[in-house]
Amino acid sequence: MKRGVSKRIGSIKFACLSPEEIRKMSAGKIITADTYDDDGFPIEMGLMDPHLGVIEPGLRCKTCGHKVDECPGHFGSIDLAMPVIHVGYVKEIKKLLQATCKSCGRLMLNEEEVKSFRAKMDQYEELGHDTTDFKDLAKDTAKGAQKQICPHCGTEQKKITLDKPTTFREDGHKLTPKEVRERLERIPDEDLDPLGIDPHSCRPEWMVLTALPVPPVTVRPSITLESSDRSEDDLTHKLVDVLRINQRLRENRDAGAPQLIVEDLWELLQYHVTTYFDNQTSGIPPARHRSGRPLKTLVQRLKGKEGRFRSNLSGKRVNFSARTVISPDPGLSINEVGVPEEAARELTVPVNVTAANIEALKVLVKRGPAPAGELYLPGVNYVIRPDGRRIRVTDKNAETVAETLEINFVVERHLQDGDVVLFNRQPSLHRMSMMAHTVRVMPGRTFRLNLCVCPPYNADFDGDEMNLHVLQSEEARAEAMILMKVQEHILSPRFGGPVIGAIHDHITGTFLLTYRNTKFDKGQALSIISKMPQIQLPTPDIVEKGKEYWSGKCLFSTILPKDMRLTFKASICEKCNVCKKDKCDKDAYVKIRNGQLLSGTIDEKAIGSFKGKILDKVSRDYGSDKSREFLDNVTRMAIGAIMVRGFSTGIDDEDIPEEAKRQIEDMLKTAIDKVESLVEAYRNGELEQMPGRSLRETLEVEVMGVLGKARDDAGKIAGKHLGIENAAVAMARSGARGSMLNLSQMAGCIGQQAVRGERLSRGYWNRTLPHFQKGDLGAKAKGFVTNSYKSGLTPTEFFFHSMGGREGLVDTAVRTSRSGYMQRRLINALEDLKMKQDGTVRNTADSIIQFHYGEDGVDPTRSVNGEAIDIDDILAEVLGEDEAELLAKIEEKKVGGYATVEKDLMETGEEDMEEVGEETDFESGGEE
Amino acid sequence: MVETPQINVLEHNLVPEHRLLSKEEAEQVLAKLRITKDQLPKIRKGDACIRVLEKIYGNIEEGSIIQITRKSKTAEVAVAYRLVRG
Repeated sequence: MKRGVSKRIGSIKFACLSPEEIRKMSAGKIITADTYDDDGFPIEMGLMDPHLGVIEPGLRCKTCGHKVDECPGHFGSIDLAMPVIHVGYVKEIKKLLQATCKSCGRLMLNEEEVKSFRAKMDQYEELGHDTTDFKDLAKDTAKGAQKQICPHCGTEQKKITLDKPTTFREDGHKLTPKEVRERLERIPDEDLDPLGIDPHSCRPEWMVLTALPVPPVTVRPSITLESSDRSEDDLTHKLVDVLRINQRLRENRDAGAPQLIVEDLWELLQYHVTTYFDNQTSGIPPARHRSGRPLKTLVQRLKGKEGRFRSNLSGKRVNFSARTVISPDPGLSINEVGVPEEAARELTVPVNVTAANIEALKVLVKRGPAPAGELYLPGVNYVIRPDGRRIRVTDKNAETVAETLEINFVVERHLQDGDVVLFNRQPSLHRMSMMAHTVRVMPGRTFRLNLCVCPPYNADFDGDEMNLHVLQSEEARAEAMILMKVQEHILSPRFGGPVIGAIHDHITGTFLLTYRNTKFDKGQALSIISKMPQIQLPTPDIVEKGKEYWSGKCLFSTILPKDMRLTFKASICEKCNVCKKDKCDKDAYVKIRNGQLLSGTIDEKAIGSFKGKILDKVSRDYGSDKSREFLDNVTRMAIGAIMVRGFSTGIDDEDIPEEAKRQIEDMLKTAIDKVESLVEAYRNGELEQMPGRSLRETLEVEVMGVLGKARDDAGKIAGKHLGIENAAVAMARSGARGSMLNLSQMAGCIGQQAVRGERLSRGYWNRTLPHFQKGDLGAKAKGFVTNSYKSGLTPTEFFFHSMGGREGLVDTAVRTSRSGYMQRRLINALEDLKMKQDGTVRNTADSIIQFHYGEDGVDPTRSVNGEAIDIDDILAEVLGEDEAELLAKIEEKKVGGYATVEKDLMETGEEDMEEVGEETDFESGGEE
Repeated sequence: MVETPQINVLEHNLVPEHRLLSKEEAEQVLAKLRITKDQLPKIRKGDACIRVLEKIYGNIEEGSIIQITRKSKTAEVAVAYRLVRG
């Protein structure tokens, strides 16, 4: 026997229940509509019959003799006085009635037609059609069998219609369920096959019920309220209705009551049975509870988001999990997660007791469930004996339990440093949303994580909560360590670049450390280097007046792999026409040789998430262990550097001289005048129409151009006075946070506000606000904001700005809901796809979806910009430093490559998104 | 369906090359992939491309295999197969 597997499911077959089967599996007939007697005991033959299972602890089941949780519950049955149609099968019944003869019951097809159907079926089988195709085929056959005259006995057929939901009519004449059942009984077994029905699993007459199974009480438990009143389950309520009407119908029929009364009761029974199955059948009013709430019957239990499938079978609640607020800790490795002591004492790991660990575990058990002391020590909550008995360890019994500990016991010990857990943040949109971390138990009440793992989880610390799951088996831990550890997910399968990387202050930190000729004395250098225990202080590279100094580049080089060679342009690069390479006066040309940073600044392009070139190179060439080490070191070094230098920003970073303010003002005035003259020209009909645009549209385009340029110019004027030594600019240029656009809006001018990409126009009749003339087409009247965030907005400007801002908010709200639904549909379609060993992508039915994974069989995670190998890199390695030529080639190649194109698109897209995101950031923060 | 004068869709820039495989070729493909016909992706007999191919080859039976040669962004050329179904 395979360990842990006691039974294996070979196949599952769904079929109809025959009345015989219903009676056979019944533990007892249910006759009375009453549930409990006056003393509160269940009535025999009633809906709460003790033969149907037990729900009260202490009692035993009268059928199997087991107690609660051991007895699975047993079905009962109700014999219906008159047959009733099953709502779930009306479509099939209609199909069968229409396709078969009313008198002889044969399928109205001649032999050839049947034969051609069988041939078609065989072909479908061979060519591998899916089940819906078979269903459609059977439907077509049934359609083809709707004839005027039966080919077998020659009886003339009448038209059968379905009066929703359960009434059949023949030429307007009502067919009782009894008649329907008789007709279905007449259909011979052989004629069912062409209709797609297997007579052994489902005879058509079983679709008209003569007996109703009563689900076990365990399926519909009654609850006792505090007032000791019993409240019954919705299903029980419905069954009471069925029983009551069934009883009355039987009495009336046996007493020979008038036909009309019997028919009325029959229809009432049909209604109750129908709503018992599905209480949302169209065409009939839903059965309601006394309070007016519609009852939740069988179909409602299964269907939809809150139904059995989506909420209990596809998704379950789990044990050994925790959820709390997250907060940052740059001291942790990216692989680690800080777990509060309180949570660690609840979350446990099962440990098998062996000869090797019994003594150590005894010590653990002795500590009990809450070991005292300053230092966190793992204790034990439960000890499980080989017979499955769980012993709760308490402070009182800890000693004795420890003594009785034997080999083969299982000890559930508290979480301790180094345990493997899964860490997750919703929405789990990609595989990086759930990664394995190792535990670090620490004081406090939040989960702590390294800032570099924020981008893959899309987490921030404005109140975000995350989930943690403790792995319970050795296999699970091994799998998680190999496949799910954070360090294995640094490269994204989406575009083959790093998703985990430095953000915000880390980038600012390395920027300040490496930009231009920074130098640090021994104390400073030590305080930076000492953040990383395994790194030695390098030999000083600057000696001035007999004192030793270390350059920032020298310090940064200590964490680079010793043989690294890399060349790229930093994000502060201004993209000059002729690149001066290592002589770059902006220090934007990053050159690393033999693991030494020779020139250039380390900023977002080097270590940032999504873009970091060094990260990319390290994880590709040196493996995940090295890249984890590198990232851990980068975070620590950056924090060290930024703490030595000190860093702060505020609105006074956007201070510009009076002179510049005046310049901007003048420039804006000329721009507004220019708009005015454009409007004038438009009014006089002197404006030259642009091709494909109306005159009015031409004006709008021109105006937008003038005003857009005006804003940019304002930004440029302001930018002249904001050098890179300015903290805000340093952040924007290095890619740590904010953009130059944000800065120019703070210092210079906010610019044109737009809704749907057009200047503001709606509000009052022919004007945006009553502060303006009707029909005013000037800049200020249509939402141009000349002020900056710093100078403050006028009331009208503020209103316009809110209009533009509102559009952004609405857009994000709409976008998230829509993309969430799209994601769900996409995942449902793709979840079972898998690449097989021959390189094909197949689903679980083993049908081919893609003949060669991605058409080239390359895993994007391991590719270089979408190519299987990085030829330039290999050339450089083999041919040596023949770089000028090589770089030229790199430049040439920029166009090609699928992934490069994709990546470029993504990068630009992200910038757009950020603009929107930035504005909404603080708003959404409040909601958390 | 009304037959209107149609353009040859196969000549369109975005439509990849479709080719009907002979019985022997079809068997070779199945053998190479080690699959049975039912595991192949499907193409409708009423597909515009199949209708064009029928003008060349005559009636294409259900169960025939079509070879599609695409230009691929990742692999330059990618070959796929489709099973004709009703």
